[in-house]
Amino acid sequence: MNKLYIFLKYFFIVVWTVFVVAPFLWALTTSFKDFQSVNGGVTYIPWLDFEPNLEGWKVLIKSPARGGVDIIEPYFNSLFVTCTASLISIILGTLSAYALSRYTFKAGFVKNNDITFFFISQRIMPPIVLSIPFFLFLSSINLLDSLTGLIVVYIVLLMPIAVWIMVDFFNKVPREIDETALIDGCNPYQAFLKVVLPNSIPGLIVAGMFCIIFGWIDFFFAFILTFTEVQLLPVKIVALNSSVTPWWSLSASALVSVAPLIIVAFIVERYLSKGNLSGAIK
Amino acid sequence: MDLVANNLSYKPDDQYHLNEVSFNFKEGNLYTILGRTLSGKTTLLKTIAGLLTPDSGEIEFDGKNFLKVPVWERNVAMVYQQFINYPHLNVFENISFPLKQRKIDQTVINDKVMDALKSVGLVGFENRKIQELSGGQQQRVSLARSLVKNAKILLLDEPLVNLDYKLREQLREEFKNLFSKGLADETILIYSTTDPRETMELNGEVIVLDEGKVLQVGPAKEIFENPNSLKVAEISNDPPMNIIEAKISDNHIKFEGIDVEAPQHLSKLTEDGLKIGLRSSDIELNENGHEFEVELAEISGSETLLHLKRGNTKIIVSIEEVLNFKIHDKIKINFKIDKAYAFHADGKLASSPFGGLNG
Repeated sequence: MNKLYIFLKYFFIVVWTVFVVAPFLWALTTSFKDFQSVNGGVTYIPWLDFEPNLEGWKVLIKSPARGGVDIIEPYFNSLFVTCTASLISIILGTLSAYALSRYTFKAGFVKNNDITFFFISQRIMPPIVLSIPFFLFLSSINLLDSLTGLIVVYIVLLMPIAVWIMVDFFNKVPREIDETALIDGCNPYQAFLKVVLPNSIPGLIVAGMFCIIFGWIDFFFAFILTFTEVQLLPVKIVALNSSVTPWWSLSASALVSVAPLIIVAFIVERYLSKGNLSGAIK
Repeated sequence: MDLVANNLSYKPDDQYHLNEVSFNFKEGNLYTILGRTLSGKTTLLKTIAGLLTPDSGEIEFDGKNFLKVPVWERNVAMVYQQFINYPHLNVFENISFPLKQRKIDQTVINDKVMDALKSVGLVGFENRKIQELSGGQQQRVSLARSLVKNAKILLLDEPLVNLDYKLREQLREEFKNLFSKGLADETILIYSTTDPRETMELNGEVIVLDEGKVLQVGPAKEIFENPNSLKVAEISNDPPMNIIEAKISDNHIKFEGIDVEAPQHLSKLTEDGLKIGLRSSDIELNENGHEFEVELAEISGSETLLHLKRGNTKIIVSIEEVLNFKIHDKIKINFKIDKAYAFHADGKLASSPFGGLNG
């Protein structure tokens, strides 16, 4: 029974690993192939199955003038927009969430829960509904086709995620911890910074992770709100496609675009497993 | 430095959490707030700490309006019934937190924290994480954190209620030692509890609170001997005092066909609707006594609690030994009737064996 269990466990893990890793292997090998190798049937082993070459990768860094697409600038644009928008969303979202968790707001029939839902409702609407208002808004303040404009829009999209996760998290941090900090001589700001925030690191990390993922993978708004001056990575990758699908450079760009998320996943995993609040209340 | 409150009221919903509460607490004294759950004990402590603002009423400390002072400047300390510590800090950092907040010299902090650790018996635990401690140890840390501040007002909100029996006894003993050791000279100690025994053992000035209202104030002994009403008698006894509807005439107390001679302090009461109060410990098993039927027998620790019934009268008897009874067993008991209380129909004390009112 026990042996069967262990066998099944490892069997499942191996199968699952193949499922997860196979696309990466496919993308990695394809990125080193040329037209002939891609169309010549299924091959995986370089030098043996096919002759590897760096064309797929070179296209990504060559300037358009020399027949490349140059994703370097869009790559850093994407990094900059995602990180800035995520950081601002986390800061604003965390502050709003703390207020929504600890203080009572009332404006007519609108109460704390309604405000929280208002934030979440921004994500419930299909993006297409938001696209026209965003377009008109950005054009009215002259921020179309600019990094700043994209950051503003991404904050609107990412902050609800931060608020949603952090309200829930703060609700689980006992109010008595804040109160004890006040009694111990902290003013409300110090209580938040010195006591509540250090105990909210797991929540902050989860919220940050979601913001980065949703910011990084967005194609729709980047596509609609930018034209020539500024381009983000997902838009540029899609632009790679042509009448003859360049599988090699698409694979290479897929790999470089997924790299930051893998790094984030590794960092986050380490923090999430710690769990910081278990001893707060028994 | 006195802590004086006048007519504190707090009514956040349709119920009073505090209803016209007034008191005058003097430094160097221990005050016990006794009341059932939801009687407003925590609300009162939080109001004193400044975490809640009453709807009306005043609090003065040292002659100054306390309500105008924000929590973080009040110099109070509070221990919660849940074991509240800062989970991201270790034991030493937890205890030194309030001192660091005051920007005191690090060597002074070290000395004070070590003293506090000594007084709660946690020397050697400085570098432990809070999560690695047992409930009792966690509560000691939060006690140490409140001791280290030398606060003028120390609030303890049912600090022992979440601990197991053994630890509770032990920590209560330590509390008593701490309170008697100099700490009390310049501090106003306010201790809230639901437990009458704890109240009696701490032996301070007792404030009986119910539904946000102060029912009686007095030394523990006075509350025990002369509860001024049925409610106080219920709250200040565990198990609650037995209340028997009886009639007194011709020097005899009569109920459910039982007829006992009235003791002197009850003999003059002849009014209708009189209620006789008798503690569960003032009833004993006796072969020649009155027959009652066992409804439930529970053994708690080394004593047996018998829930008995005769006609419409239900009583609880506690006996200091472990006895086995079955439901519906008939047993005979005797009342130590000279220990009986009498209450008027409106619940006010009519007479007590310790000389309250008519006695």
